[in-house]
Amino acid sequence: MIASLLGEALAAMAANRLRTFLTALGILIGVAAVVLMVAIGQGTQSRVSESIASMGSNLLIVRSGAPSHGGVRGGAGSLPTLTVMDAEAIGQLSRAALVAPMVSGSVQVVYGPNNWNTSVIGTTPDYLGIRDWRVVEGRPFSESEAMSGVRVALVGSEVARQLFGEEDPVGKSIRIQRSPFRVIGLLEEKGQSLGGHNQDDTIIVPLSMAQRQLFGTQFQGTVAMVMVQARTAAEMTPLEGNIRELLRQRHHLRTRAEDDFRITNMTEVSETASEVTGMLSILLGAIASISLFVGGIGIMNIMMVSVTERTREIGIRMAIGARRSDIMLQFLMESVIITVSGGVVGILVGIGLAMLATRLFDVWTLISATPVVLAFGVSVAVGLFFGLYPARKAARMRPIDALRYQG
Amino acid sequence: MWPATMLLPDVPPEYGSTDDICMSDILSLSGLNKEYDTDAGPVPVLRHLEVAVGEGEFVAVMGPSGSGKSTLMNILGCLDVPSSGHYLLDGRDVGGLSDDELAKVRSEVIGFVFQGFNLLSRVSLVGNVALPLVYQRMGRAERQSCATRMLERVGLKEWLDSLPPRISGGQQQRVAIARALVTEPRLILADEPTGNLDTRTGRDIMHLLQQINRDSGMTLVVVTHDHNVARYASRLIYLLDGRIHYDGPVGGFREEEVA
Repeated sequence: MIASLLGEALAAMAANRLRTFLTALGILIGVAAVVLMVAIGQGTQSRVSESIASMGSNLLIVRSGAPSHGGVRGGAGSLPTLTVMDAEAIGQLSRAALVAPMVSGSVQVVYGPNNWNTSVIGTTPDYLGIRDWRVVEGRPFSESEAMSGVRVALVGSEVARQLFGEEDPVGKSIRIQRSPFRVIGLLEEKGQSLGGHNQDDTIIVPLSMAQRQLFGTQFQGTVAMVMVQARTAAEMTPLEGNIRELLRQRHHLRTRAEDDFRITNMTEVSETASEVTGMLSILLGAIASISLFVGGIGIMNIMMVSVTERTREIGIRMAIGARRSDIMLQFLMESVIITVSGGVVGILVGIGLAMLATRLFDVWTLISATPVVLAFGVSVAVGLFFGLYPARKAARMRPIDALRYQG
Repeated sequence: MWPATMLLPDVPPEYGSTDDICMSDILSLSGLNKEYDTDAGPVPVLRHLEVAVGEGEFVAVMGPSGSGKSTLMNILGCLDVPSSGHYLLDGRDVGGLSDDELAKVRSEVIGFVFQGFNLLSRVSLVGNVALPLVYQRMGRAERQSCATRMLERVGLKEWLDSLPPRISGGQQQRVAIARALVTEPRLILADEPTGNLDTRTGRDIMHLLQQINRDSGMTLVVVTHDHNVARYASRLIYLLDGRIHYDGPVGGFREEEVA
């Protein structure tokens, strides 16, 4: 029965090829739009959370500064209040796994005839652990190297490309602010940060060297920020409280005084970001769904016409024994076939467009199974929903009226 | 009491006696009325019909335009229901049946042959003939073989896969007859089966119908306004203004008398 109806439905559609194609085109465009938009939304979402994750997991960032002088408030880091000693004290907290104090700045580096402006981070070996950043060639520097005055450096892949070209950077000597540094390791490639900053365009040097040689400030031993990794995700919030308490105590702040530091919980930032990008996905999908809806109306329109045109055929079928449900099934099947074929091609077109967008316009896209399966399901549902009324109209005809109909 | 099939064709049964409804009646109408609702109020189309048709009979229904013969045909075919009165088909009162039950009756008991053939033009001859079996939920292979056999029986075995518009009107009507026969119905209703055909082809079609009636004992009711067509039947019912004007042997009636 189903197979026979399927054959007839295909024959009926083949008899009106152009019309069937145009109707399916409406669904095709709708489904393709949904697939493309969701791919863009999800691509952005995954890209954002990847960027945040690349900063390190379970990460708290403590920044110095944010003091107020008679109502004029400085931004975070505008006053160096955090010290290496603070970082060491934080390291003593039981909930803190890794702690990395750091200073950073933009400097000119020279190797032979090449020079390049890049950012230098002065920090301790734990920094690499926190950021889950590996050294792909050479070795990282040790704790003792970090604290003593050894001039060693780890270079990011972009810096290596700019300064060394094809050469192996490990073992070479470069000049940072006129001080010679020996490159002991090449960092793994990390890609762009959320802000569009290239994370590979960086050099990491031991903290004490950076403080003394590169960013000589008037406040000895101060750092711009301290990165802290909590032992577990659940301990982040309590750790944040512990650090605040500890630092207030160490900085001798009175009960009502404001903090002279800021703590950023990167998990919270990540959650907010994924909420925002999730909304973006939904919004894009919703806008695209409108075109799917319009396609569905097209189906309904054409099916109404088809039912009217085939009134006599409906009468014949009823006269030779078709039940109302048989007639209904026949027309529903036709509309579902149209939407499903439109849907399948639409999915392929949507995926193709997403790939094209990634290649040509550098848009982040991500195609996952869920929206594709969903788009297929929705096209079946559209066929059923918008085919239902015309099919009911066909099934409810009185056989004699249908037989007498002069089309 | 003899089954009517055994009496045919040699001994014609006694006509006109509608009071005694015997067990072998395939259909019987009693006190049947049909009226159509119009804006000007109900218009009666069939008035108080009393008819019984025995199994295996060949009945012609005649009457001028507007006499109600098409309406009668629709009611007999379970395409329409009477306004009042009873229509017993195969012993069952059709008046109380649901839409699906009516569809089942049409599917299993009745075979239709229309004036305009009413074949599906996009479907092959085999497909057209097999269609009633689709609605009987018969399997594909069995459907095909039944339909093929029927088409052979009406002499169209070379055109199995042709489409209806590619064959002549007479051949199309043969396909329609094959379609009506394929379910082996008890009752075949033919509405002006020769109306769209030339005289000779029409004669062939009537021969075919007559032969089917004789060979298989299927009851045959033919609506026509053509006396030459009615001549093939053994019994004539003449309707006039929704009433039965004459019910008896075909030979015993002259249309001129009506005027």
